[in-house]
Amino acid sequence: MSDQGSQAEIVRKSLKRRYRKERRFRAYGILAIAIALSALVVLFTDIISKGYTGFMKTTITMEVELDGEMMYLDDATDERQLKMADFVEPLLQALIKQVPGATQDDKDAVRELLNPYASIELRNLLEVHPEWLGSTQAVTVLAHTDVDVYAKHAGDDAYSIKLDERQQRWVDQLMEEGVVQTSFNDVFFTSGDSRDPSRAGVLGAIVGSLLTMFVTLILSFPIGIAAAIYLEEFAPQNRFTDFIEVNINNLAAVPSIIFGLLGLAVFINLFGLPRSVPFVGGLVLTLMTLPTIIISSRAAIKSVPPSIREAAEGIGASKMQVVLHHVLPLAMPGMLTGSIIGMAQALGETAPLLLIGMVAFIVDVPTGFFDSATVLPVQVFLWAGSPELAFIERASAAIMVLLAFLMSMNALAVWLRKRLERRW
Amino acid sequence: MNTMNPKISSEADGQSVESGEAVPLREQPEETIIEEGKTVGKPFADNPKFKLRNVSVAYGKDRAIKDISLDIGRNEVISFIGPSGCGKSTFLRCLNRMNDSIDICRITGQLMLEDEDIYSSKRDVVELRARVGMVFQKPNPFPKSIYDNVAYGPRIHGLANRKSELDDIVENSLRKAGLWNEAKDRLDSVATGMSGGQQQRLCIARAIAVSPEVILMDEPCSALDPIATARVEELISEMSESYTIVIVTHSMQQAARVSHRTAYFHLGHLVEVNETNKVFTSPEHDLTESYITGRFG
Repeated sequence: MSDQGSQAEIVRKSLKRRYRKERRFRAYGILAIAIALSALVVLFTDIISKGYTGFMKTTITMEVELDGEMMYLDDATDERQLKMADFVEPLLQALIKQVPGATQDDKDAVRELLNPYASIELRNLLEVHPEWLGSTQAVTVLAHTDVDVYAKHAGDDAYSIKLDERQQRWVDQLMEEGVVQTSFNDVFFTSGDSRDPSRAGVLGAIVGSLLTMFVTLILSFPIGIAAAIYLEEFAPQNRFTDFIEVNINNLAAVPSIIFGLLGLAVFINLFGLPRSVPFVGGLVLTLMTLPTIIISSRAAIKSVPPSIREAAEGIGASKMQVVLHHVLPLAMPGMLTGSIIGMAQALGETAPLLLIGMVAFIVDVPTGFFDSATVLPVQVFLWAGSPELAFIERASAAIMVLLAFLMSMNALAVWLRKRLERRW
Repeated sequence: MNTMNPKISSEADGQSVESGEAVPLREQPEETIIEEGKTVGKPFADNPKFKLRNVSVAYGKDRAIKDISLDIGRNEVISFIGPSGCGKSTFLRCLNRMNDSIDICRITGQLMLEDEDIYSSKRDVVELRARVGMVFQKPNPFPKSIYDNVAYGPRIHGLANRKSELDDIVENSLRKAGLWNEAKDRLDSVATGMSGGQQQRLCIARAIAVSPEVILMDEPCSALDPIATARVEELISEMSESYTIVIVTHSMQQAARVSHRTAYFHLGHLVEVNETNKVFTSPEHDLTESYITGRFG
């Protein structure tokens, strides 16, 4: 009896210590999560606060008199004439009319408010509407990058304002009148890279990324899953398969730049494939993604309960039928999740693509697997290295686009897992 | 007769043969000597379904089954009893080659189903398992609909040419398994949503659906409550009219209720086989007596 009493006493004494330990452990956990979350918050606020202006463009809207004589153009349907015609002059004249106190002598100063691309915009408009020649139309064109920077960042010391004081006053007034406006930057999503920040966009990089991802998916998903199934279900257990297994695990830990070197040496130098193309990028990323897909697929196959296998075998299903009818459907959610995570990794990968030349300055939006292209993370890398701050805000905006892609891919992975998961 | 070295063994068998079961026996009876390959009682029958001679099974170096010879008759219900780790499940699984997937498992001896060697290289294991079905310890329906569970076997073996034929097979199998009334209105619902007893009967229906000659049952009731157990036992008795049934069980009452003959296994030896009432009322071997009187196991 006394024995029991003293034992209870010992237990009671240790209880306090045990609970303290548990509380301490929980506090550590909460602390760890708090640190992770705050890092995430800092990252996001920084990127969003720096980058949201990248999603805005500055435009000038004005009544442009499309005088054929001034433009040296009497037939807007004639392509040769369109090429030769002067589209700067009508824009300049229209803007001079809008700018208070500006005369013909201020042409050069006013011209600096217009985007060099504005004349091409006007020509494109006239190509679509040849009947506008001779009339006066309200036309909206891009403002010069300097105006864009001033409109968005006046008063921010980080940005150097290149407009002189008179031009700044003009822009202030034009903004009040609503001639100069900032609006959603559709150019950012509809054009490729450019030397001019206000005309630079991510469409080229997005398409490049999609093409590269497509090649990666088409190659790595079937190869990875086939390898996983073979290794898990059919391969004999011997030294050789152990060796393969160890090496797959090793490959998963190889720095991605090594895969880039491999791609450069093998695909480009040995096989003579072109540089900077999504096809080669996809091949390199396939090599990088394969180990991830194989490892996660094998884990998914392993997690299929043996009772299901036995049930199918007990009825007389052949090995192939067991795999196709039972193991694969049950392992599919895990395989898909692993593959999507691998693809998300590949989507964010920069280093190996630098080595195979996808880092070139490419203006055109790629249209095929063998067009020169770049990808989103490389585009971010290119812009972030630019001395112009106007490019930095575009880099931040591109990061947001990239993050949006990654998050939607992860969301897809979660959704697929929830959707396909079956209980047994 | 003894092809393996005739080791006299009564030390605890190191290898656990049945998953999830602890090997150590509670207590060894005083040094009882088992002579390898020697079985008391009536191990042989005329015109048997299975003719098993000098069967030994080894997992690597551990011998799980030691020189067992046994006949299993037609339309007979025979139950295998014995303490955990005695090899009864291993022996059962040899009958439809479920041990094939274990790489280190080696089987020697002669195993004949209707005078055809089960382990001959010419024997197709798929065909064998279509003839010798199996029901497992834990109900393991596929995570599919009830209908698809039962229809799976006939589908892969191509037993039905038309949808209506398949419907008939499913209905018949479910009827035989006594599940038709409960399941007929929910054939499309997921099988894993049923109760444990229903799931086990579904597994029996699934096994019946391919019209096997033999049904092997590995502790089919160990995961079921007494009511579901009674239902399954009833089913076994009904099925014995048309099938040969081999059942491994830990419940001696169950063995006594359902089986015609009972085989007692001990440490990989087949100690005694006899008519069930004989085994339970007047066992010939000391070990059998110790076991059924509950002194160990």
